[in-house]
Amino acid sequence: MKKVEAIIRHYKLEEVKDALTEVGVTGMTVSEIRGFGRQKGHKEQYRGAEYAVDFLPKVKMEVVTSDEDLKSVIDTILQTARTGQIGDGKIFVTNLNEAIRIRTGETGADSL
Amino acid sequence: MIYRFGFALILTFLLSGFASTSLLADDVPEIRESGEVAAADEGLDSGNIAWMLTSSALVLMMTAPGLALFYGGLVRKKNILGVMMQCIFLMGLMTVVWALWGYSLAFGGTSPYVGNFDHLLLKGVIPDGQMAKSEWVKACIFCVFQGMFFIITPALICGAFAERMKFSTMCVFMVLWGTFVYCPIAHWVWADSGWLCEWNKQALYPAFDFAGGTVVHISSGASALICALLIGKRLGFGQEPMPPHNLTYTCIGAALLWVGWFGFNAGSALEANALAVNAFVATHFAAAAGVLAWSIAEWVALGRPSILGACSGAVAGLVCITPAAGAVNPIQGILLGLIAGFVCYIACTKVKNTFGYDDSLDAFGVHGVGGTVGALLVGIFATADVTGGRVGVIEGNAAQLVNQVVGIGAAAILAIVGSVILLKVLDATMGLRVSQEDEIRGLDLSQHSEEGYIFL
Amino acid sequence: MKKIEAVIRHYKLEDVKKALTDAGIVGMTVCEVRGFGRQRGHKEQYRGAEYTVDFMPKLKVEVVVDDPQLESAINAITTSAQTGNVGDGKIFISSLEDVIRIRTGETGVEAI
Repeated sequence: MKKVEAIIRHYKLEEVKDALTEVGVTGMTVSEIRGFGRQKGHKEQYRGAEYAVDFLPKVKMEVVTSDEDLKSVIDTILQTARTGQIGDGKIFVTNLNEAIRIRTGETGADSL
Repeated sequence: MIYRFGFALILTFLLSGFASTSLLADDVPEIRESGEVAAADEGLDSGNIAWMLTSSALVLMMTAPGLALFYGGLVRKKNILGVMMQCIFLMGLMTVVWALWGYSLAFGGTSPYVGNFDHLLLKGVIPDGQMAKSEWVKACIFCVFQGMFFIITPALICGAFAERMKFSTMCVFMVLWGTFVYCPIAHWVWADSGWLCEWNKQALYPAFDFAGGTVVHISSGASALICALLIGKRLGFGQEPMPPHNLTYTCIGAALLWVGWFGFNAGSALEANALAVNAFVATHFAAAAGVLAWSIAEWVALGRPSILGACSGAVAGLVCITPAAGAVNPIQGILLGLIAGFVCYIACTKVKNTFGYDDSLDAFGVHGVGGTVGALLVGIFATADVTGGRVGVIEGNAAQLVNQVVGIGAAAILAIVGSVILLKVLDATMGLRVSQEDEIRGLDLSQHSEEGYIFL
Repeated sequence: MKKIEAVIRHYKLEDVKKALTDAGIVGMTVCEVRGFGRQRGHKEQYRGAEYTVDFMPKLKVEVVVDDPQLESAINAITTSAQTGNVGDGKIFISSLEDVIRIRTGETGVEAI
């Protein structure tokens, strides 16, 4: 199993979620984060005090998938989350040793 | 030891107060019965009473939720309760001080300079079974209306030392500040015998201050600057970002201040009359012009107007019209609002940055500067069309500007000297600031053991 | 490639960001978390009801680096986030199978 963590733009969330659901992903976790990469931040001014805001708000989506489905999950995210502009985000893939459904105790791919 | 003594003193005051009210208990039912008689029969005007009670409530609303939200949104989120607590606690603390001795010190006696103790524990203000109803009702309404000003003025200062002042020291400071700074200034300007009072024929320098340009805004603004200087900058000021944590609150707070200000200014007519109508409309127009001025200044300087700018502009306009609402017409109100919005914008952005003091929420930049601008401009624009007599420079009374400057100077000097002395003494005895560790944790946890935003 | 998750004190964020940037690390994400370790919580009182709040607010900084950069990144975080008091936080390191830049589809080290 793999865990896919995708950092995406806020307004792409619904689109990515719908597309993932269509390729058979049944669950995901989303959180609001802030971060930066190539996309440079902006300046904010509050009554003359200027702040460089490097950390831009993004959404982090976490999806756990079986090894076979990994490619389709990544492709789906790439297709739907991409705008071509700097700031589209990144996808991180890690190996997952185990997943367990708490209600039933099922493990592995069954628990997804 | 000092605390104990203080508590004992307050307790004695309270007990003697309750004792005298219990003597009154027999009279109370009688008052209730006669209350069924139409108020007008005893020289009372129900319209005036209704308006003044409403105005008093509106002014209270300015402190919390108005100022509490306005300031609360501007601090970092670990300090929101600290700021809100200062506002809500001052509602309690200053009200009790006002009732026990504050009102008497501000409005008692006939000296031009200080009040006396004639109205200690509100003697002559609350029903005592002897005074005619028309007499005590009038005094009581005036007292409660003025009491609301005694709350918001110290609360305004809280903006200068936000996010770092020790709560216990703040409480003691405010009691002393109210007693030794606010009460004398209020007496000079608003007591019938005051040496700055605009309607006192014997006044040395009768200065226009309809609703508190000197008493409220210059006194609090000048003290705020002293607080910012003596308490020092917040840890990390200038090095780490300290942006407002919730401008949504700030916007709601500003809107509540705007509405509350109708009570503050139009209520200062003390009756539901023509002066109140003029003050209401002029106040509204000045706030509107303030929004435009500050926003346009930002639009030109930075390329876009900000919500914090618009909110600050409204408050600047309101502060500026405060001394003038009973002396200029509403169209002049627009002019005052425009000037204040622009000048306060410069004060909060350029001046503060140039000198580098940490007036965290711009209590001086908005209230000190805006109040001064308003107190000067009313000396120029005051018109007989509104005042029915007293006029400013434009209508031929050049000396009025001198009176205004004396009024501003006197209030600022007492506020500055008083604040320096009080802060030095408190610094040596109680300490002004929370510890570094507490400041990093935030005032919510370190001063109150609570959190504004709970993770559940 | 490695993913570094560092749980740090709020007010150390700017220092950590600067230290990482100086060490040549170009991107990071941050989110607010709550947790506890050796530092146990404090007491809060609400109308007489007392709560022990064990979960202290912290920030979680996530950084992805190529293996050779790992040590300098860890050093940067450790030195900049340290105060010496209990509650400085922890650093967790895990291996990352892949990184994909959404805008271009680049993968691996190039996408970091």
